[in-house]
Amino acid sequence: MLKTFPLGGVHPPENKFSESAPTEELPVPAQVVIPISQHIGAPSDPVVKRGDIVKVGQLIAESKGFVSANIHSSVSGKVAKIDGVTDSSGYRQTAITIDAEGDEWLDSVDRSEQLTKEVKLSREDILSRCHEMGIVGLGGATFPSHVKLSVPPGKQCDTLIINGVECEPYLTSDHRLMLEKGEEMVVGISILMKALGVDKAMIGIENNKPDAIEHIKKISAAYKGISVHSLKIKYPQGAEKQLIKALLNREVPSGMLPIEVGAVVHNVGTAFAVYEAVQKNKPLIDRIVTVTGKSLANPGNYRVRIGTPVSALIDAAGGTPEDTGKIVNGGPMMGKALNKSDVPVVKGTSGIILFPASESRRVRVTPCIRCSKCITVCAMGLEPYLLMSLAERDMYDIVEANKVTDCMECGSCSYICPAGRPLLDYIRLGKSTVFSIIRERNSK
Amino acid sequence: MNPTIVYTVASLSSLGLIAAAILYVFAQKFKVYEDPRIDEVQDILPAANCGGCGYAGCRNFAEALVKADSFDGLNCPPGGSEVMEQAAAILGREAVAADPLIAVVRCGGTPDKRPLTSLYDGVSNCKIANSLYTGESDCGYGCLGLGDCVASCQFDAMHMDNESRMPVISDTNCVACGACVKACPRSIIEMRKKAKKDRKLFVSCVNRDKGAVAKKACSVACIGCSKCVKVCEYDAVKVENFLSYIDYTKCVFCRKCVTECPTNAIVEINFPPRKVRNQEAAKA
Repeated sequence: MLKTFPLGGVHPPENKFSESAPTEELPVPAQVVIPISQHIGAPSDPVVKRGDIVKVGQLIAESKGFVSANIHSSVSGKVAKIDGVTDSSGYRQTAITIDAEGDEWLDSVDRSEQLTKEVKLSREDILSRCHEMGIVGLGGATFPSHVKLSVPPGKQCDTLIINGVECEPYLTSDHRLMLEKGEEMVVGISILMKALGVDKAMIGIENNKPDAIEHIKKISAAYKGISVHSLKIKYPQGAEKQLIKALLNREVPSGMLPIEVGAVVHNVGTAFAVYEAVQKNKPLIDRIVTVTGKSLANPGNYRVRIGTPVSALIDAAGGTPEDTGKIVNGGPMMGKALNKSDVPVVKGTSGIILFPASESRRVRVTPCIRCSKCITVCAMGLEPYLLMSLAERDMYDIVEANKVTDCMECGSCSYICPAGRPLLDYIRLGKSTVFSIIRERNSK
Repeated sequence: MNPTIVYTVASLSSLGLIAAAILYVFAQKFKVYEDPRIDEVQDILPAANCGGCGYAGCRNFAEALVKADSFDGLNCPPGGSEVMEQAAAILGREAVAADPLIAVVRCGGTPDKRPLTSLYDGVSNCKIANSLYTGESDCGYGCLGLGDCVASCQFDAMHMDNESRMPVISDTNCVACGACVKACPRSIIEMRKKAKKDRKLFVSCVNRDKGAVAKKACSVACIGCSKCVKVCEYDAVKVENFLSYIDYTKCVFCRKCVTECPTNAIVEINFPPRKVRNQEAAKA
């Protein structure tokens, strides 16, 4: 029997069109726009000014506070402006615009393809290197990695879990990374293990990627303590708490972090980025993005520099098809629609999906028939229909009592609802309102 | 007489007497004194429980009125000065005159002035749309047109205009309870002093982007050019964060700023037509 988490979950059509497309390097764009807030936590402080000449890998915005991440230039050239630009939500936020000239890297970055297995840095040095190189979780939440790697005093970590689940339909960037950069990624895992001081790492991969499972199993056989586990295909298995439950059969208590049960979860993309940062001294300046869609000419995976406009990615994949109704940033379950295609790729951009108009429209909303399908699929054991009706009526105290803060916004409830009810939209509203109420209460 | 009946009546009566005595003692001990004037004041309040006074409901407001030493800062917006004077008469205090207010929608971005750049087909709720993105236009400050304010109005004083896709406030029905101000996630609606003949003069924009960005998103956006500040003789206009604001306590409705505004972001409502315009019309 394949491992999985016991409570809830859905299995949407996988539609992994780009899984056999090897990762292509996207040419350096003429101009990059790098927002100063690409991570969870405090926005970084720009340390360059207009007219400065920067090289690839140069620090352009310094992290402010512990939960924050450095940001580096992804191209070489001249800083054109530091000003507000429209980000993927349509709102304006400060970004550093750089006009690219040539492709000149910092000398400190080792650009050779050679695999460096031996980890020379000490535990503390690995942490500070991750911080310095601006590594954040590449699974989508963009939580600064050095924070996750610093185990709080009094807590014990015994297992590192590597997330190669990629449970979102359509997306294939992690899959391709495992196939193409497997060796480097496994070295990255051993670095993470050293940083955490654990001797056990478990890689969880869903069963729809048998080639990746085989490949990583072969590589990791040479390493002590790293094991690969194939998991049953079920969304949202890539969520931290679900993955821990599936692999370790430990349940993270409500409102707690995975460290509470002795586990730390990192994405495969993060493991690779950590390898590059620690062994090659390379900051996080590029990432793999899946560009896909049913009517797209060549769905594929592209290694792109941070700050490249999304439109350049779409052009590389064959241009916007005529029937496109919606461009989604991220996976189809948790991603957000873009209202413009000239927004920049940021550290958290895992995929760009172009949906045909026929598939992108919402269905007509009809009354709730209390079929309780949303309760059966909720992986956190919540009651989505109840949370929605409460949030609709502004009854936030009861919303809070019903544990809305445990919701991870995976969207399984909205996906399964036969009445097409916008469950997640209202739950998100309830969740954000409850969080602001809690903040207000705590500040008193 | 049958002794059974005597015993029964006697024992039941004594039980009743004991219970009455206990009840009396407890009723005296735990007596809650409530000022009878609270009920009186509550009776004259509008009983809308709208929350416009800042209290949870009319009863709470009545309690606050009875407790307060002076009526300073206490006002029932739907009841107005009439109700406040009645309450003052009951309580033997002096009514403090409060300016009647009215809600205004500070956004003029109708679809012809603010081009639509995307199509929203999610939940018809401004708070949700606001948390997702800027809305169907490029202005991240303007009205989303999904009617949270209209849904919050208890007095039938607002409706959505289908053509302009903006809320319209009725001069006669609005009691300035402030529910729409709280409902709007973008703080577009403001309470301003109700002037005679329902005249209104305000900056109909809340866009705090730089002029060029604001103008690109909407042709009637305030671009923060400060021309209105220069022309105002009463020091009523201020520009902050590329956005002009007219202080209604200082404005005398001279309308000079309206003519000066290059983007027509300052609007005048319910004013008589200008003489200059009449002459132009006569010439034509």
